[in-house]
Amino acid sequence: MAEAERSKSRGAVSLADLKPGTAAAVSHLRLDGLLYRRLLDLGIVEGTAIEAVYAGPSGDPVVYRVRGAHVALRKADASLVMVVPGVGDLDRPARAPADGPTRSMPKPRAETPPRAASDEDMLTVALAGNPNTGKSTVFNALTGMRQHVGNWPGKTVMRAEGRWEHVGRRFRLVDLPGTYSLLSTSVEEEIARDFVLFGNPDCTVIVADATCLERNLNLVAQILQITGRAVVCVNLIDEAERRGIGIDITALGSLLGVPAVGTAARTGRGLDALREAVFGVSTGAIATRPMILRYDEDLERAVDELVPGVEASLPGIPNARWIAMRLLDGGDHRLVEEVRNGILAEPSGRTGAASLPSAAPPAGREPGR
Amino acid sequence: MSGEAKRKPPGGADSLRPEALLRHAEDLREPFAGRVHERVTQRAYAFAEETACACVSKGPERGNSERLFDRLLTSRITGIPVMVGHLGIVFWLTIVGANVPSAFLAGILMEEGGLTGWLAAYLGIESAPAFLSFSVYEGLLALFAWLHAPAWLTGFLVDGVYLGLAWVVSVMLPPMAIFFPLFTILEDLGYLPRVALNMDRFFRAAGAHGKQALTMAMGFGCNAAGVIACRIIESPRERLIALLTNNFVPCNGRWPTLIMVASLFVAASFPAGMTSLVTVATLVFVTAVGVAATLAVSFFLSRTLLKGVASSFTLEIPPFRRPQIGRVLYTSFIDRTLFVLRRAVVCAAPAGGLIWLLGAIPVGDGSAFSALRELLDPVGMAIGLDGVILIAFIFAIPANEIVVPTIIMGYMQGNRMMEMDDPSRLFLDNGWTLTTAVCLLLFSLLHYPCTTTTLTIWKETRSIKWTLLSNVIPLVAAVGACAAVAAVERIWG
Repeated sequence: MAEAERSKSRGAVSLADLKPGTAAAVSHLRLDGLLYRRLLDLGIVEGTAIEAVYAGPSGDPVVYRVRGAHVALRKADASLVMVVPGVGDLDRPARAPADGPTRSMPKPRAETPPRAASDEDMLTVALAGNPNTGKSTVFNALTGMRQHVGNWPGKTVMRAEGRWEHVGRRFRLVDLPGTYSLLSTSVEEEIARDFVLFGNPDCTVIVADATCLERNLNLVAQILQITGRAVVCVNLIDEAERRGIGIDITALGSLLGVPAVGTAARTGRGLDALREAVFGVSTGAIATRPMILRYDEDLERAVDELVPGVEASLPGIPNARWIAMRLLDGGDHRLVEEVRNGILAEPSGRTGAASLPSAAPPAGREPGR
Repeated sequence: MSGEAKRKPPGGADSLRPEALLRHAEDLREPFAGRVHERVTQRAYAFAEETACACVSKGPERGNSERLFDRLLTSRITGIPVMVGHLGIVFWLTIVGANVPSAFLAGILMEEGGLTGWLAAYLGIESAPAFLSFSVYEGLLALFAWLHAPAWLTGFLVDGVYLGLAWVVSVMLPPMAIFFPLFTILEDLGYLPRVALNMDRFFRAAGAHGKQALTMAMGFGCNAAGVIACRIIESPRERLIALLTNNFVPCNGRWPTLIMVASLFVAASFPAGMTSLVTVATLVFVTAVGVAATLAVSFFLSRTLLKGVASSFTLEIPPFRRPQIGRVLYTSFIDRTLFVLRRAVVCAAPAGGLIWLLGAIPVGDGSAFSALRELLDPVGMAIGLDGVILIAFIFAIPANEIVVPTIIMGYMQGNRMMEMDDPSRLFLDNGWTLTTAVCLLLFSLLHYPCTTTTLTIWKETRSIKWTLLSNVIPLVAAVGACAAVAAVERIWG
């Protein structure tokens, strides 16, 4: 591998050789498959600052600090991550590598299809988020005792649903599995991705951990690429305050282009504001301008080239750009399979809920014409 | 793959067909050398960094005390001892805390003289007021006598169904109401991922997944919940291993049996002052045996039926969080304690009635129960147990909770009132030795899962083969371990 050669010359060592208490910058990952994707999703990408914090009783696994989170890796796995010691600065967000992607702030897209009057008066809200963010506490706090627990159809993954009312509107909250990403194609991620992409939720609430915001923003950014009808719920805000972490929620909201709300679901703090934001976004009273990530030119060109094909062979697809990116990636075998079998062409048939043509931006406002 | 991909250039009417679209994607993918996911993620994280830089005033860092705690819970020297210590403290609080309320419930529900004995023992009140000096059991007997109910009806409903229920409630409710909240607090604190970190090397050596420790921790509460928790393991091979071995973690239904045998029998052979200490040590040891069995069977499976090497995993170690005591008490009582108790009660009532019936139906010289007992006695003796204990384990297939009540009712056949001041005498009178107690501990720890867990395994695997194996493997382990102990006893003594 050419990169391996390059990093050797820069003095890279394996992450497994990093002594506890020392920091380094990730140079590259010498692996592929699921673990490779998992590590990327946890934010272990080129240039990331990473610190070996401590080891388990036998010296293995080792706990690493990366992007504000602590993650344990077995040495055998960590040995496949190459790092340059003494470079990373963990107390500020890590610097991006010089040869990283272009770093212009994304231009917000003026999209967010306004949802026409719903066919039923119940509005559907999806609840997404990383594991360990207090997502289920948010779920319980929003829905109280009105819950229904079961499995996702055909899957051994728990599905919880609850209800609440706000200003005379009824809301149905669907708890999605806790995931770090929507790109690694575990069963949980497929379920979460399918629901956000095809379930046509009126609003998606993304729960993020205030004590470890940077890591959580990866999932936020990914979901915003799929849907603009979203609210970011920065939970555990009390925990963050106790640790002396201050978060400018207003600035966060304007950078993301969707409402952001700080909550402490355990004590009920911020929940009214959250309900209000969900109400606004799902009824269209709040217009969102979700930020859209622009990639390097070569990647953008490839996606642009693929989008017309996606739109043509899968008419009415909710987000052709996102599908095109996934097809370009190719790691999502089930998505590839579904494209092949044409299942994606009828998104409404997948969820049972009637979907609205206007919810598919690329298809235009009046698909009938 | 790439050869075929290049065959047809994209565009035109062909691009309407999914196949053409996928080929087009493959063509476009080639220059990126499999790094699209990496670059997409890199971009998302670059955005995350910029945004965090702009919105977060101070980088998140765990405090010194928190790091110290983490070291205490997971370091080379203190990690494992602290873990065992935690387990011991939870057991000790459960046993010590449950004694008084258990005796109180037993007094109210079924003892001769009602609360007289309890008041004297714990409050020093010698003359109990009249309304406290008879139990519900005595009240029911009096009621049935006043109604001139036939003896068989009184026997079936009061001595059978009611006594079975009373036993389950008084034996199970107090320890569960203490154990579950304590365990939930540890869970809320974020201790379980640290346990998984401590235990990982053993699971790695056994060819199992590091997160199996988390599924075992759930199994402490309920094996069915533990089996469902195995969903967190993605690799099907390692998930099956975790699923098939979850039964070796003693679930809540088995704690009453283990606690009772440990405190009444094992601890009884030590000086009085050491009773709770010995009980705790016994329970910790039993748990360790369960963990050892889990690892041994996992090792065996990963080298035979489920061959393979341990797959990689990432385990997030969340920061410690302050447990919400109020919510913990509420949810652990409603969701866990009452749920398990209800299940026990539902199973105990028919079991109690059935045992009374078997005792009442004459077969040959004795009853159907004694005939069954004689039939099973040789099998039981061979593995250090006896016929009644085996009957109890058969009756307890739907719910392990009723093992002890069934054993007691089995021994009580023919006697009305039980001697509550010294229940161990009942066992001694029926020929129990230390070997019986040890074998009962082992059998309870290792034997087949309850019906609910078996059904859950079926639902999770949809495979008759693995569901069967999930019962056969533990049964073989239990019979093997007990037979070995019994053989050692025969040779030595």
